[in-house]
Amino acid sequence: MSNSKTIKVDYLARVEGEGALFIKIKDNELTDCKLKIFEPPRFFEAFLRGRPFTEAPDITARICGICPIAYIMSSIHAMERILGIHVGGQLRELRRLIYCGEWIESHVLHVFMLHAPDFLGYQDAIQLAGDKPELVKMALRLKKAGNEIVRLLGGREIHPINNKIGGFYKVPEKADFASLLEELKWAKEASIEAVKVANSLECPDFDQDYEFVALHHPDEYPFNEGRLISNTGLDIDIMDYEDHFEEIHVEHSNALQSVHKGHGNYFVGPLARYNLNYNQLSDLTKQVAVDIGYDRQVTNPFQSIVVRSLETVYAIDEAIRIIENYEKPKKHALDYEIKPGIGWGCTEAPRGILYHRYDIDEKGTIKTAKIVPPTAQNQSRIEEDLSNFIPKYMDLSDENLTWKCEQAVRNYDPCISCATHFLKLNIERE
Amino acid sequence: MTQSILIIGVGSPYRCDDSVGLAILKQLRQHKLSNVHLMERSGEGSDIMDIWQSYNHVVLVDAVQSGAKPGTVHRIDGNAEKVPTNFFHYSTHAFGVAEAVEMARMLGQLPKHLVIYGIEGKDFEIGKDMSPEIHSAAELVTIEIIKEIKSIKEKESVYA
Repeated sequence: MSNSKTIKVDYLARVEGEGALFIKIKDNELTDCKLKIFEPPRFFEAFLRGRPFTEAPDITARICGICPIAYIMSSIHAMERILGIHVGGQLRELRRLIYCGEWIESHVLHVFMLHAPDFLGYQDAIQLAGDKPELVKMALRLKKAGNEIVRLLGGREIHPINNKIGGFYKVPEKADFASLLEELKWAKEASIEAVKVANSLECPDFDQDYEFVALHHPDEYPFNEGRLISNTGLDIDIMDYEDHFEEIHVEHSNALQSVHKGHGNYFVGPLARYNLNYNQLSDLTKQVAVDIGYDRQVTNPFQSIVVRSLETVYAIDEAIRIIENYEKPKKHALDYEIKPGIGWGCTEAPRGILYHRYDIDEKGTIKTAKIVPPTAQNQSRIEEDLSNFIPKYMDLSDENLTWKCEQAVRNYDPCISCATHFLKLNIERE
Repeated sequence: MTQSILIIGVGSPYRCDDSVGLAILKQLRQHKLSNVHLMERSGEGSDIMDIWQSYNHVVLVDAVQSGAKPGTVHRIDGNAEKVPTNFFHYSTHAFGVAEAVEMARMLGQLPKHLVIYGIEGKDFEIGKDMSPEIHSAAELVTIEIIKEIKSIKEKESVYA
C-alpha cells in the first residue's frame, strides 16, 4: 500500500518537558489525535500529605525549573487563605515584582529559544544564533534581566527560597535595585523591539473559537490575585474552581485532562489573559499593542508569540514601576497563628492559571493537596487545535507535518515538565 | 574573571537518576575544596550560559540517556567536541545542557575550559531514589572531578 506507513519521531523538541503525541491518518483523513502526558503532579500531592504546611512552597517549587515562582505563590496564597492573613502594601508589590521576573524569563525563553525558530524556518535556536547572533544575544540579555529580578528577591534564580507564608525571609534595600533598574530601562526598549520582531513573523491563518479562562483583577493585570473569569460569562471566586472545573481521566494519558463542566475544553495562558484583561495593561504596553494593530481579541494561537512579547513589555514596565515606587517595608513578613482549614490559591503562571488546594489540620500538617497545572488545563484544547490543524497540511511529508504539529503544540508553551519530561511524536499512516 | 573553578551539578531531586548531578555536588561539598564554586541547576540552558560567563574553568555534570549501559560515565571535552544533540534528553528542559553548549559555541561564549560528565541513567521516573548502579558511578565521577580540579590547580596557579 503506497500510502501506508508509520513514522516514529524520537521526541518533540523544544517543548518544556516530555509527553507524547500520537496522530493516525487513514486514507488521507485524520482518524485519531491524542496528546499524552505521562505523569501529572500526583507524586507531589502524595508527597505533601503529612508534611508541615510551611514546606509546600519549597517542595512544589521543585515541580518546574521554569516556573517555580508560580508554584511558590499559588501554595503561599492557599495557605494564607487558611490562616486568614492578607499580605498588602510593599510586600504585595514585591510579590508582583518577582512574578514579573518569572514572566520575563519564561516568555523570552519561549519566544526566542523555542518558538521563533519555527516561524523563521530554523531547526532550533542554535541555527538562529548562527544567522542572527545579535538577536539571540539581545534575547539572552533580556531573559537575564528577568533572572536578576528573581535572584534579587528569591535568593537564587532556580528554586527561589526567600518567599514564605506571610511575606519574605528578608526584603531588599531600595539601593539594592539600582543596577537592576538601569538594566530594566534597557530591557524596556529591547522588549519593544522584540514585539516588532515577533509581529514580523508570518503566522498561518488559524483563528479558533475558544473559551478563554484567566484571572481578572479590576486594577491590575493579573499575577497573584483575582476572580476567575471567561469570555463565556464565568465569574467566580477561586474557592469555587472545583465546582466549575473537573479533571477527567482519559485512557490515553496518565495525566488528568481538565474541562469546564458543561462547556468542554478551555484555553489558559497569555492569549486568555490578554483577551480578558487588555484594559488592565500599562499605557506603554497598550501603545505598543495599538502600534502593531493588537488592540483587539487575539484568537489565532500562533499569534501567541506576539502576545507573549507584549506581556514581556508589560512585565518589564510593571517591574520598573514597582522598583521606582519601592520603600522598604518595616516588617518582612506578617505574623500568624496556625489554624486548621481548607485554602485555595490560583495564580497566573507564564503558561496560565495554576490552581492549588490544601487542607491542613490544627497542627499545620497537610491532610490533602491538589495541584492543577496550566498544561493539564490546556491539554484537551491542544488536541482539538491539532485535529483542526492537521487536515490543512495532510499533503505534507511526514517530516514537515511533524514540524507543523510541533509548532501547533508549542503555541501553548506546554510546560510538560510540570507533569513529565518530553514529548515523543508518532504519526501513523494507513 | 572569578578566580574559582565552577562545578555545575544539573538535575531534579525528585526524579530518580536525574538527581545524580546533585548527588555528586553533595559529595564534593564534603571535601571542602578551596577556590571551587559548586552550583546546583535545573538544567535550563540559557541559565547555564549565564552562570558560567565569569569562569574560565567549568565542569558540568548531569544525567544522560544515550542508550549506553546504566552507570556508564561519558566525559566530553566541551571545547573540542560537539555535544550529541540527543545526549541530554533527560535534562528537564528542551533548551537544555546540549543546546546551551552548542549555542555558546556558536556565539563565542563558551568558557575557556569546559568539561562535561554525563552519567548514563536508567530510570527517570518521578519520586524514586537513584538506581544502585548510578550510586557507584556518582562516587567514581566525584573522584574524577577532584582529580580534574587538582590538575587544573597544578596548571593554573591562580586557583592554588
